[in-house]
Amino acid sequence: MSMRTSRTARAGQYAALLGYLVFLAFPFLWLISTAFKPARELGSLHPTWIPDHPTLDNFRKAFDEQPLLQAAANSLSAAVCAALIAVVVATPMAYVMARRRSRLSTAATGWVVISQAFPLVLLIIPLFLILKNLHLINTRWGLIMVYAVWALPFALWMLVGYVRAVPAELEEAASVDGAGRLRTLVSVTAPLLTPGIVATALFAFITAWNELFFALVLLKTPEKQTLPVVLTHFIGAEGAADLGPLAAAAFLATLPSLVIFAIIQRRITGGMLAGAVKS
Amino acid sequence: MRASLRTTAAAAATALALLLTGCAGTDDGRGDNGRIELSFQSLAWQKESVDANKQLVKEWNEAHPDVHVSYVQGSWDTVHDQLLTSFEGGEAPDIIHDASDDLADFAYGGYLADLRGLLPGRLTADIPRQSWSTTTFGDGVYGVPFLQEPRVLIANTKILAGSGVRIPTPGEPWSWAEFRQVTKELTVKGRYGVAWPLKEPVSVTLNLGLSDGGELFHRGADGKVTIRADEGDRIVPGTIHDQVDIDHSASRTALGMGGSDTLPGFFGGKYAMVPLGFSYRQQVVEQAPEGFEWTVLPAPAGSAGLAQGVSPQTLSVSEASPHKKEAAQFIDFLLRPPNMVRLAKGDWMLPTGTEALADPSLHTAENGWATGVAVAKALRPAPAQSVRGYPEWKDKVATPALQEYYSGAVGADELRKRLVDDGNRVLARYQR
Repeated sequence: MSMRTSRTARAGQYAALLGYLVFLAFPFLWLISTAFKPARELGSLHPTWIPDHPTLDNFRKAFDEQPLLQAAANSLSAAVCAALIAVVVATPMAYVMARRRSRLSTAATGWVVISQAFPLVLLIIPLFLILKNLHLINTRWGLIMVYAVWALPFALWMLVGYVRAVPAELEEAASVDGAGRLRTLVSVTAPLLTPGIVATALFAFITAWNELFFALVLLKTPEKQTLPVVLTHFIGAEGAADLGPLAAAAFLATLPSLVIFAIIQRRITGGMLAGAVKS
Repeated sequence: MRASLRTTAAAAATALALLLTGCAGTDDGRGDNGRIELSFQSLAWQKESVDANKQLVKEWNEAHPDVHVSYVQGSWDTVHDQLLTSFEGGEAPDIIHDASDDLADFAYGGYLADLRGLLPGRLTADIPRQSWSTTTFGDGVYGVPFLQEPRVLIANTKILAGSGVRIPTPGEPWSWAEFRQVTKELTVKGRYGVAWPLKEPVSVTLNLGLSDGGELFHRGADGKVTIRADEGDRIVPGTIHDQVDIDHSASRTALGMGGSDTLPGFFGGKYAMVPLGFSYRQQVVEQAPEGFEWTVLPAPAGSAGLAQGVSPQTLSVSEASPHKKEAAQFIDFLLRPPNMVRLAKGDWMLPTGTEALADPSLHTAENGWATGVAVAKALRPAPAQSVRGYPEWKDKVATPALQEYYSGAVGADELRKRLVDDGNRVLARYQR
């Protein structure tokens, strides 16, 4: 009886999981399907998963009409720089917060969590004015600074978890063996932290890669615009859209995020949970 | 080691200083060579329209070496937030493309230049007074209305011809009662006479309501606006409600759709007619199956004839622009009649200019251009677009009330109570 119950429960769990996967995958699969459909099939009353006459016209049109490659390069440079800055700044901060427990570090952690609740719209105008005074409006560096700062709290939060997951006893053992502080950090702590740092950097990269609002407001020159901004150019008034090219461009824009998430998804959950339980 | 640290720090400080002082140009809107630099943010998004805009900018730059215009691509989807931030930060484009129903806050906020005295008489005289009223706020004119889009009926020619119903023309349109009767006749098993895409029910209801004199918003002698539902305000919502809930000649599922969403059903013969904006013809041309025959019919008429409300696309000048005169000259160039025709064709819309509207290339029956031109004279400013508090009334009161009414959840009395009583409470807060 209990065996049967557990099997039924297991089957139910798998069914629920499958349903959830379908729910999550449907929009992306539909996006791929749309990207390869000719215009006449997009207007069909009986849409099909597999296009009857698959075409690359939408991709050609997307590249013809908008500077996608340049926008992708802009997104890439902004996201890579922001991720590097965020990680370089957050790693030592995270180490201190994890190893030196004090009211200050507790307050800092609390502030990090609270800061995530601020809506973008609340920040954008003061931020805009600060960047304007620094002559960083419509510059790549201005956007990179914003992305780095924006990614910093979450990067810090993730890294604190990773640092706490590295047993302090290892560092103590290294110092007993005669290693200095710097040597201990470089030879013992850093190798163990590397996967976490990489995962955090990739997370910061994805955040910047997908971001629209800051890029939209801060960049005016077409040559500097990022991929999400360029994607909005396929959308017209009242929600009308050039659906085929939009789907093609959106599909290409989604690929880096998908690949990176596939790489880091385990580490993200690991980082969040690391150090949560005292051993 | 210490020396190298000092060197690194010095290099970093120098780099930062260079970065922070690395701004191009000066604050008077002139480039390093003394040339006037203007930025034009366009919301053109269809290829033909983008090409036309860019080509016109190129022609201007070739003809005016002392006043250089840079083309900046904006997006309809995000224009309001983006402009608001740019205005607040003092970084707005000199020439701004938008729609008249988005201008009120910017005009009242002092972000847009009053164009009176900046525009040439030719342009002022060419655009009708009712179009100018869409961009007039208080005593000032804050934009040039240049493209407009009436709502038309896009119809399946074969179904209409097969049914034997009278085909309406701009000269002899259907009345609302006749339209209701026709949709009943066109409805058979598996096919609705009409599909109303009412994802945005307020603008459709208010704009078409003008055909029967429905104003809903009334400005008193003291300048204050109140909402009042007269007989003319009931015709359009009543017709749609009856088609959906009594006759079943209008698709219930289409009520939540956007215009593009109804096209597959239209092409598949599920709907005989779809009321859509004039520019949707471009999507019909692109997506219609081989051999599909369609036509453009005028929207039904009421006691005020073919009148309907529109919110034209506009060109404005930023109040912060140091070169308003040159910006206005560029707008004048962009909107010369032949250029206005190019822009209108690129966007599949109608020009507001009288001379551009008379262009023979717009008077062709092909793709329904002539029908659109014929109803252009009847277009009026969309009701309430200059009323303060309208956006809140629209989002919080009118949209849910109309959605519930059209779906049959509430009746006409409840709709009136919510639109008028709740609506006046909202407006009162803005008019204390």
